Amino acid sequence: MADPVLRVEGLTKNFGGLRVTDDITLDVRPGELHAVIGPNGAGKTTLINQISGLLAPDAGKIVFGGEDVTALPINKRAERGLARSFQITSILPGFSVLENVALAVQARRGSSFSFFGRAADEETLNMPAYAALLQAGLAERAHAPAGELSHGEKRALELAIALAMEPKLLLLDEPMAGTGREEGERIVAVLRSLKGRFPMVLVEHDMHAVFALADRISVLIYGRILASGTPTEVRADPQVITAYLGNEME
Amino acid sequence: MADTTVTATTAPVVTRGIFAGSVLPLTMFLFFAVLPLFATFTAESYVLGLVTRVMIFAIAALALDLLIGYGALISFGHAAFVGLGAYAVGILASHGIKDALIALPIALGVSALFAYLTGIVCLRTKGVYFIMITLAFGQMVYFTASSLAPYGGDDGLTIHARSTLAGFPIFGSDRSLYYICFVCLLGVYLLCRALVASRFGRVYRGARENALRMSTIGFEVIRFQLVAYVIAGVIGGLAGFLLANATDFVSPAYMSWQRSGDFLIMVIFGGMGTLNGAILGAAAFLLTEEWLSGLTEHWKVIFGPLLVLVAVFAPGGLIGLVTRLRRMIRG
Amino acid sequence: MSLSLLIVQTLNGLQLGVLLFLIAAGLTLVFGVMDFINLAHGVQYMLGAYLAVMFYGLTGNFLFALILALAAALAFGLLLEFTVFRHLYDRNHLDQVIATFGIILFLNQGVKLLWGASPLSLPMPEMFSGSVVLMPGILYPVWRMVIIGSGLAIALILYLLVNHTRVGMLVRAGATNAQMVSALGVDIRRLFMIVFGFGTMLAGFAGIMIAPILSVEPGMGDTILILAFVVIVIGGIGSIRGAFLAALIIGLVDTLGRSFSVDILRLFMAPSPARTVGPAIASMLIYLLMALVLYFRPAGLFPVKGR
Repeated sequence: MADPVLRVEGLTKNFGGLRVTDDITLDVRPGELHAVIGPNGAGKTTLINQISGLLAPDAGKIVFGGEDVTALPINKRAERGLARSFQITSILPGFSVLENVALAVQARRGSSFSFFGRAADEETLNMPAYAALLQAGLAERAHAPAGELSHGEKRALELAIALAMEPKLLLLDEPMAGTGREEGERIVAVLRSLKGRFPMVLVEHDMHAVFALADRISVLIYGRILASGTPTEVRADPQVITAYLGNEME
Repeated sequence: MADTTVTATTAPVVTRGIFAGSVLPLTMFLFFAVLPLFATFTAESYVLGLVTRVMIFAIAALALDLLIGYGALISFGHAAFVGLGAYAVGILASHGIKDALIALPIALGVSALFAYLTGIVCLRTKGVYFIMITLAFGQMVYFTASSLAPYGGDDGLTIHARSTLAGFPIFGSDRSLYYICFVCLLGVYLLCRALVASRFGRVYRGARENALRMSTIGFEVIRFQLVAYVIAGVIGGLAGFLLANATDFVSPAYMSWQRSGDFLIMVIFGGMGTLNGAILGAAAFLLTEEWLSGLTEHWKVIFGPLLVLVAVFAPGGLIGLVTRLRRMIRG
Repeated sequence: MSLSLLIVQTLNGLQLGVLLFLIAAGLTLVFGVMDFINLAHGVQYMLGAYLAVMFYGLTGNFLFALILALAAALAFGLLLEFTVFRHLYDRNHLDQVIATFGIILFLNQGVKLLWGASPLSLPMPEMFSGSVVLMPGILYPVWRMVIIGSGLAIALILYLLVNHTRVGMLVRAGATNAQMVSALGVDIRRLFMIVFGFGTMLAGFAGIMIAPILSVEPGMGDTILILAFVVIVIGGIGSIRGAFLAALIIGLVDTLGRSFSVDILRLFMAPSPARTVGPAIASMLIYLLMALVLYFRPAGLFPVKGR
């Protein structure tokens, strides 16, 4: 089996007296969609924050693409292809939808310390941005100010920005948070179309989406991984059912 | 990195509305360009001198608008850059060195170095801490200048001869100094416009709205802010160089925190984040000051409440007001 | 450098520190609870002094002047809050800076209009004038001891209020998360007014107490304002404890620095450059200190979490 794209070992994070992530070890294999599920407060977002670089772990190691990135700042991990979307929408509301994505393209291509020429007119940046918007189903809204999008459209924009980063690994923190059924299904369709292109870590509450998309599932309870395996294995695991799934699947 | 998720009351203007188009700047620059022709009919030296100072302060205000309007980096120490540039001229002049080919690079270099060194420290802070630490560095420069006894100390230093360019006294006459300042203002304005729309500018402006998003995409935000801070410092140093020539005098007051406050007022008055507003604001500030102080020696009693009114009712400044009026007229 | 000079200057540093605390306490609370940058806090201090001079002229009694001036300063502060500040709580800091800067200009000029530009003086109460012998050879003005004493007393009262009363708890909560406090049903506007009024009185009190020692003139609030901001930034915004510590540190560093900078520098360099460089470094000392603190702790020494 090929080396895992991401390997997290013994990741631990405390806030005051509370241990939010507790000795977490998991890996993400090439091309797989690895879902992380668990009740609210289980530490899922904290886990994502540590992997992406927003939080420094108190203990443990993060190895991405064979390189120990535990001490690297957010932007350096992003340079290496680690992309994430946020649970609470984090976009540039004053910029157009297209520019939001074009900036992500700009980060990948060439120098941003160029002081002349109008960046908004650069086709080499706009074309790939537009392609990402198409993928995410937002192409018609390309020129709208991002702040005016509906909630579901903003979630799709988060996705488009992450796509434009040409990720080697995509961390998705509840991409469907707060979306209605139709918008949620659209996001699931986008994710399904992306499957296999690059590995993804999907944190989600929507169990239908998780079981429809995931190759492997890890269950996080009180900061610890309770079980990890294929959807069938996890669904049948008695510990998981008592602790979490029993409630969710009803 | 400095937190720039402060939302200003108006979004920075890059390509919106006709006021951000060419009409307003063209009118302003046309006005500046032809003024000397009309000034011959009035008190030429007074008018030219006043408008020269307007243009010089406009240059400094443009630099500050880059920081506060487009970067949400509220600097309360901007006067330090202007003062450093001015003192470079003054100190060199007192040693007999008048050539702009020497004085200007030194003025710009000192400002750049100061901006770089202080920027490294300041940009680690955010919000009011950033405001305070820029103030602190400004104060340090102020006190250093005050204690330079051989260069006038508190009383300041008179400059007995203006800069020359390779021996030519082109700064000598009021008119030629006016046009040099005009060219500098035009150049700085075009530079700022280009900067703001460039790749660099887009990242910088994005950091203002959401710094976390920018680093998540892969940008090292603090580097961009530092570059912008140094550019603003250099432009401030240029303004200082011109100011020393325009007033034939330098004093620590040029770098006081009150003067830094004046620059902030200019940018807000005009409308921050518009670049045009910086020029308008500098003009409005200086002309209001001139007019009011002509009315009464206690003009600040009027000016103070005026500022309060602007802050409370017209946070978008003059340009914001006009935009709102136009929108109301259109219905 | 003699021991007696050192002791006297240390006491002076304490006195400055205590004064700074009185001003900084109000400033840090207003900033911490209401997220409001009040540059006009310095003119509250100045107003306290001017009002005391005026009331002393009317009553001839320092205590009456003190009480009347405090009441008037409080009334004026609340007037300012009602007419101007109230509209700015939701605005960004820049608008607040501009508005309060405008108030500084207005009031500095206003007192010049009303009382003239020349410095005024306020005589200190008879029983506190004169000096006391602290140690053989060391004479120290009684009034300065009064300032130190009253400042420490107020610090103690503030500590008790903030940490052991219900209002104090609300203030501390408000400094951490004002929206949460409001969502819990507390009348946040009333809380703001209480905090603001209290801070105003503290600043006014400081102005009244220092008036007999310094000259009362327009603009006297400006320098002390900057110092007070340095204090709250070093101490951590919203923290009374931080303000207290930082105020004492700054008072001591500034006073001792100014007195002994030349002497200390003389250990490293010749007398003549020491005499020019010394005062310059002394003025910059507290700013260097602030830059240093912010470099290692970008949110001050005791940052109140949740901002």
